[in-house]
Amino acid sequence: MSFTWISSYWPLLLTGAWQTVCLLVISVVFGFVLAIGLAFAQVSGGRLTRLLARSYCTFFRGTPLLIQLWLLYYGVGSLLPMVPGIRQSLFWPILREGFFFAAVSFTLNYAAYEAEVLRGALLAVPKGELEAGRAFGLSPWMLTRRIWLPRAIRIALPTIAGEIVMQLKATPLAFTVTVMDLYAVANKVRQDTLLVYEPLLVVTLFYLALTAVIARVFRSLEAQVPVRR
Amino acid sequence: MATAQQGILDLLSPYPPGWGGVLLAGAVSTVAISACAFAIGLLLGTGGALGKLSGNRMLRLMLDLYTTLIRAVPELILIVGLYYAGTDGLNRLLAVLELPPVNVNGFVAAVAVLGFVQGAYMTEVLRGAILAIPVGQIEAAKAFGMGPVLRFRRVLLPALLPNALPGLANLWMSVTKDSALVAVVGYQELALATRLAGASTKHYFVFFLASALLYLAITLVSNVVFKLIEGRVRRGQPRLA
Repeated sequence: MSFTWISSYWPLLLTGAWQTVCLLVISVVFGFVLAIGLAFAQVSGGRLTRLLARSYCTFFRGTPLLIQLWLLYYGVGSLLPMVPGIRQSLFWPILREGFFFAAVSFTLNYAAYEAEVLRGALLAVPKGELEAGRAFGLSPWMLTRRIWLPRAIRIALPTIAGEIVMQLKATPLAFTVTVMDLYAVANKVRQDTLLVYEPLLVVTLFYLALTAVIARVFRSLEAQVPVRR
Repeated sequence: MATAQQGILDLLSPYPPGWGGVLLAGAVSTVAISACAFAIGLLLGTGGALGKLSGNRMLRLMLDLYTTLIRAVPELILIVGLYYAGTDGLNRLLAVLELPPVNVNGFVAAVAVLGFVQGAYMTEVLRGAILAIPVGQIEAAKAFGMGPVLRFRRVLLPALLPNALPGLANLWMSVTKDSALVAVVGYQELALATRLAGASTKHYFVFFLASALLYLAITLVSNVVFKLIEGRVRRGQPRLA
């Protein structure tokens, strides 16, 4: 075991860690917003929206994330330049990057899993609380915003923490589309120094630390609401 | 438009100018890898669950380390790390025994690594399922003088299966999808076959969509199969309204 390489690679490790955290935060935040829409579409949507949301979730949960990522990066990525004018557009420098495709596919994937969790949580909100809201004369929109959704999110909190950790563990896939995330840095160190285990070990420790942070944050979030047992 | 449609169908035709055959072969090896890894995981998991419940402190500590570590580390890192560590360790062992080094077959390595990972998750699923069995049933078996093996076969196993099946079904779904990660260490299953097909024809979109649908088909068929198995292991149980 030798860790002397850290002294020359630490800036790279830091940028890798930053990329990993960015991917995680982007996919969780945008994915969560999308998931709220998908969950409501399944719980209270019409027949068509229900079917569409259902198929979305089935597709993204039924296929490997790696395939979704490659479908976007190689597939859509190879079709994009055919769109007229896109090369001259403002967004081209972003659309060219592997990071963009990784962020989009992780977001879509996370949304599918999170939508299932939220769907269950929305259905688990006690009926009486919703009826009480209606009895107070809340409009459906107000009822959703003030009671139904917040209650559901609170119910789902422990599961959401688990899903975020799962998402964190999926981020190393981004290295297959040239994103310089933490795992990609470990890979580069291996190629440069021929050390196999040490870089993987350091990277793993970072993932474990991040998992611990997520667990801690969610524990304090859960503790915000006193529960009577 | 009609010609473009024809072109895409040609690309996916199962005979050599088309790549359909390669994709199907990839799908078959994906299922084979997953099934073998699932079986190994089941063995490791059963042993692990029984070991954790056996009350031996040393054994439990080691198994706790195994399950915690495997479940905490990203799958890709595990697969890559175990792949190198496994082949490396095997060759070192052979060197100690003064045997020539071997080149580990990609299939064997993939199955071993995925099976080892599955084992950790299965340990927890099976442990929970065993704990959910009413103690009285096991006590009754003991009172009848059944030995540990007979007790496992006749009482524990049939009673834990209904509890464990949903978890096992989830693990099967995740191993079929995790097997795509094996593409990263270079074994040709569906994901890598798709990338090759895409790279040589430049029709990435078509091929990745096709392979996504193949994975989806595997998932949906598995769903039906697990529903049938669940009906079988729950036979005789009262149904919830």
